[in-house]
Amino acid sequence: MALEPIVSARGLTKSFGPVAVLKGVDFDVMPSKVSVVIGPSGSGKSTLLRCCNGLETADGGTIRICGQTLIDGGRMLPEAALNTLRCQVGMVFQSFNLFPHLSVMGNITIAPRKLRGLSAAAAEAAARRLLDKVGLAHKADAYPMTLSGGQKQRVAIARALAMEPQVMLFDEPTSSLDPELVGEVLQVMKDLAAEGMTMMVVTHEMGFARQVADTVSVMDHGVVLESGPPAQVLVEPTEARTRQFLQRVLNPI
Amino acid sequence: MDFDFSPVWGGWRELLHGAFVTIEVTLGAIILGCLIGLVIGLGRLDPRRRVVFGLCTAYVSFIRGTPLLVQLFIWFFGLPHFGLNFPAFFCGIVGMGIYSGAYVSEIVRGAIQSIERGQMEAARSLGMPYRMAMREIVVPQAVVRMIPPLGNEFIALINYSSLVSLLTIADLTHEGQKIISTSYRSLEVYLAIALVYFVLTNLTGLGLRLVERRLRAGGLV
Repeated sequence: MALEPIVSARGLTKSFGPVAVLKGVDFDVMPSKVSVVIGPSGSGKSTLLRCCNGLETADGGTIRICGQTLIDGGRMLPEAALNTLRCQVGMVFQSFNLFPHLSVMGNITIAPRKLRGLSAAAAEAAARRLLDKVGLAHKADAYPMTLSGGQKQRVAIARALAMEPQVMLFDEPTSSLDPELVGEVLQVMKDLAAEGMTMMVVTHEMGFARQVADTVSVMDHGVVLESGPPAQVLVEPTEARTRQFLQRVLNPI
Repeated sequence: MDFDFSPVWGGWRELLHGAFVTIEVTLGAIILGCLIGLVIGLGRLDPRRRVVFGLCTAYVSFIRGTPLLVQLFIWFFGLPHFGLNFPAFFCGIVGMGIYSGAYVSEIVRGAIQSIERGQMEAARSLGMPYRMAMREIVVPQAVVRMIPPLGNEFIALINYSSLVSLLTIADLTHEGQKIISTSYRSLEVYLAIALVYFVLTNLTGLGLRLVERRLRAGGLV
């Protein structure tokens, strides 16, 4: 029996005013697989990702995620069901978006306590395991302000994992990090992939795409140019625009 | 030129009592104004909710667009024409509270809208409903940003409260005027009550700075 995709977008369209950002995107993420989306800025890859948990409302097309229809022809899942669905879909942002008024522990435990009804003790025990996993067990009581960018993003990953999501969405998770901090975040993501987490990753990190991705999709001007295993897409792309893009990324000067 | 502060010393009990009335009226107005301001400010966050937004905007526009003194006179001298007789003290607190609410609502709205959009997005993407995200994530951060402008508002309100002396309320200004009417020492008495207002306003400013420092110690920028 063929596996059902966890995320499945069909014919997705989205415009911001007069600008068409998505022009009919088909996209799948299979369970326990890592799907990486690459492409020039403005290609619509972040918008595609943000449509997948309803942060953006797609104008047309459908998204099925975690067995539910999130949106169909511009009609979004009702509010209550959307909130329940989001509990199963972890999201990591480019700019971290940690809650600055809460400690690291508070950031990780607030959603499980308020939404999954965990006791403070149970939520904290789970948070400590996650902090251990991302290598920040010693920072439980620190406030986000005192952390480096790489530490912040690892806390943000732990915060999303605390909801025990079925799929994790990463929106350029390393793009606002200093170069020497990128590795620690990518390592955490690599470990997560190795554990079998289903992941959709929008990134410019070609090394990560090559090593970790099961599928690489290249987007440009609101469409998916091509999709396939990294060895094929990154090494022998069929599309001329993919070749141009890879050339610019790999040899910037 | 001669100065004679003896009427001030002689009337210190009345002035002290007046100062307490000023504090009571202002405190009542601050509490009422903050409650109203919170509700109206939240009501003006989303223009797409037309009715709520429209009503709240009308409130702010009317209250900010007319003088406080005129509003107080409407409460105290105007409403009795419809058989609505409220005690002066009530008119002072409610009139000032409603006036202040309009300004506080803009402080609330400005502070909430100044919180980065990513905070709401992060909260919602964890599965929090809008209200929970507001209550747990956005408003606690916004409160800290409200404190400096709220300080302005509270201090202005202490000073404005001298207007309630015109509603026969025996506040600090009113008590001062009573002393002047028997002693004719207006400069000395006005200087004395100005000093009391100065102390009250600056203590308020100092107190709010301490509150802000405490809140910021909790990791807020």
